[in-house]
Amino acid sequence: MSIENLERRRFDTLVIGAGGGGLRSALQLAEDDAHVAVVSKVFPTRSHTVAAQGGMNAALANVLPDNWHWHMYDTVKGSDYLGDQDAIEYMCRAASHLVYELEHQGVPFSRMDSGKIYQRPFGGQSQNFGGEQAARTCAAADRTGHAILHTLYQQNIRAKTHFFDEYFAVDLVKDKDGFILGALVLEIETGQPLLIEAKTTLLATGGAGQLFRTNTNAHINTGDGLAMALRAGIPLQDMEFFQFHPTGIAGKGMLITEGARGEGGYLVNKDGERFMERYAPHAKDLASRDVVSRAIATEVREGRGCGRNADHVMLKLDHLGRDVLYTRLPGICDMSKTFLHIDPAEEPIPVFPTAHYTMGGIPTNRFGQVVVPVDQGEESIPGLYAVGECACVSVHGANRLGGNSLLDIVVFGRAAGNDIKKYLKNNRHHRQIDDESLEQALTHLQRWDKGKDLGDGSETVSGLRAELQKTMEDYCSVFRTEDVLKEGLDKVLALENRMKNVRISDYSKVFNTARIEALELENLVDLAVATVKSALERQESRGAHSRIDYPERDDVSWLKHSLYYKDGHRMDYKPVTLKPVSVESFPPKPRVY
Amino acid sequence: MRFKIYRYNPEKDQKPYMQDFVIDNVTDDMMLRDALLIIKAQDETFTFRHSCGEGVCGSDAVNINGTNGLACKIRCSELKQPIEVRPVPSMPVIRDLVVDMEQFYHHYRAVKPYLTVTDPVPEVEFRQTPEQREKLDGLYECILCGCCTTSCPSFWWNPDKFRGPAALLQAYRFLADSRDQATAERLQELDGPYRMFRCHSIMNCVNVCPKGLNPTEAIHSIKKLMVKDLV
Repeated sequence: MSIENLERRRFDTLVIGAGGGGLRSALQLAEDDAHVAVVSKVFPTRSHTVAAQGGMNAALANVLPDNWHWHMYDTVKGSDYLGDQDAIEYMCRAASHLVYELEHQGVPFSRMDSGKIYQRPFGGQSQNFGGEQAARTCAAADRTGHAILHTLYQQNIRAKTHFFDEYFAVDLVKDKDGFILGALVLEIETGQPLLIEAKTTLLATGGAGQLFRTNTNAHINTGDGLAMALRAGIPLQDMEFFQFHPTGIAGKGMLITEGARGEGGYLVNKDGERFMERYAPHAKDLASRDVVSRAIATEVREGRGCGRNADHVMLKLDHLGRDVLYTRLPGICDMSKTFLHIDPAEEPIPVFPTAHYTMGGIPTNRFGQVVVPVDQGEESIPGLYAVGECACVSVHGANRLGGNSLLDIVVFGRAAGNDIKKYLKNNRHHRQIDDESLEQALTHLQRWDKGKDLGDGSETVSGLRAELQKTMEDYCSVFRTEDVLKEGLDKVLALENRMKNVRISDYSKVFNTARIEALELENLVDLAVATVKSALERQESRGAHSRIDYPERDDVSWLKHSLYYKDGHRMDYKPVTLKPVSVESFPPKPRVY
Repeated sequence: MRFKIYRYNPEKDQKPYMQDFVIDNVTDDMMLRDALLIIKAQDETFTFRHSCGEGVCGSDAVNINGTNGLACKIRCSELKQPIEVRPVPSMPVIRDLVVDMEQFYHHYRAVKPYLTVTDPVPEVEFRQTPEQREKLDGLYECILCGCCTTSCPSFWWNPDKFRGPAALLQAYRFLADSRDQATAERLQELDGPYRMFRCHSIMNCVNVCPKGLNPTEAIHSIKKLMVKDLV
């Protein structure tokens, strides 16, 4: 396949990824009559937004008093002051409107007797800037992500969005001036490459939970968009901040929503002690996720873990009663019975901190524009946008609050859609793609073609992936130190080098998943290096990045965002935006729950 | 543990065949998807869809010992050996366990599976009582895996005309929603001898649904609404 006989399609906007972020943007554009294509490597409702359980934060004040400014305070504090306060203000202000909009579009939110949307307490939420627990998370039982994703897909059916289902995005293409002009994609069913030319391209490809062996993520969460950005010369921001969810099913990884604790569940160690009282006397089990995950890991390290290997703790729910459990948390009851043969109405669930969410990502501003440092300031990359877990706005900073990710995707999905509309008005014509950029993308794809696959076969995709995931778990987990990270970096760099030995044994054109998995592994390897390198460089503890050798937060040296470049594994830094849009800044202060 | 897996690659196979695989050290809690992943590691050419691994994305519907189900939600230890795994019935096979779902999605889109509201919307949420909301339970949870529709003999006979249990369940999900204002149009669309009335309450759909939903009951409810609409 050469660039002359490559099939081409043209759209105003190419959206890569059909989770909540991609679908919300696509909807915004399709309703404005923009010609928009959504490319997804799975059928849209298989995207991982579907697995979000607990809910979406918005200060509706349906259950307890609330307002968006308190939500903003909690989010800034939750981020351990690394979040950009302009973006956080924008998100928290927009939240209520966007929940109502989703409700009008059909999301089957759970209800209160008043007929209003049900809201549950979640971790890190407070009233009145650090006071009593708030109840801010709008829920559809414990299937909120499923409800939102299906509704957004349904609305896109109504709006007649053009879908390319089961197409894998390989690389971005650009022109000599650096405008991003679409992407080379691969039709999985036929193995045919296709060039989608677009005036604007939006990356909404989700996170990279598959970096870690035990994770709550789907098989598809390989951070493809993040790696595409790296290959296009764009840095990734704050990659050292990876969220470990306190309650993944121990050893297996399936997520048990924070809503389980929001509804009144709590954690106990082998002595039956409700240990969170020691770590977070005020918020207890509803402290921020990084705090609870560290507490669990500490209990286990100090020998108070449960089970034969003392390697997990227990999540107790039976005291809530069968009725509440099966009404409010039917999904996790089903999951617990299916995968553990445990009925949570009778027995506790074994849990352990599990890799869950990529706080870092492609640097953007609050309009979804991808931005990179230029001289003393920063500039947007013309034509390129990113939203959701693959992006780093940054509203989550060093630690994301539960219930803020579903909010993030709809708020910034819509914001990016709106900004793309403006961009399209000022950029009416398609630009000429640079052949060299296209050639590079094709060469990348053809690495896995028969005759061009020059690996000696001493390594396999599944073998290397397993080793990578184990390495990340052993060397870049909840607690980190200089020595361990250094060793980890050597190991992931060695893995990067060993990629050249990989040879696949399937060159079929038809639905070739061996080739897709090889492309995904390339992406994961790049992201592993980005994560470990960024973690090694940051000599402080902040949010989810916890260094035993640097146990304190260091605002003098490290109140700044990391930027990792693939070229030379280079690091750079940029300041945190402490100034909100309209309100007073929340200056960093000690973070206690 | 012994497996018999359906294999077909249109590029090299004249016709499909069953291939034997053996996996050692199968633990009691190993799910079928885990076993399929082990087989995939042994033989990269083996092809199947899967993603979340916890029964919410709906990717890995397959036919297991003659019954449709999600590979990620079924324990190997609870299945009779050799475990026979085939693509879900009645759909065109693309490769191995991967089928072409387009017809299934077509019927889904055809029932206009989105909330339709003609009145101006309120500034806040629509009010919906817990009782009204409860009517959506057992309907909105559908994951579009296709286990039900592809196990339905009525669909096998009229795949182009009969909407099938999954699409009809979705149709009722909106009919049952107190916020929806397109009842008449929805009922009219489903009238006629094929689209819904091919359902003969065989109830395969109910037996196989991995989410425990009941499309047959939803279809009965639609029929009741039609009768009410008539009188």
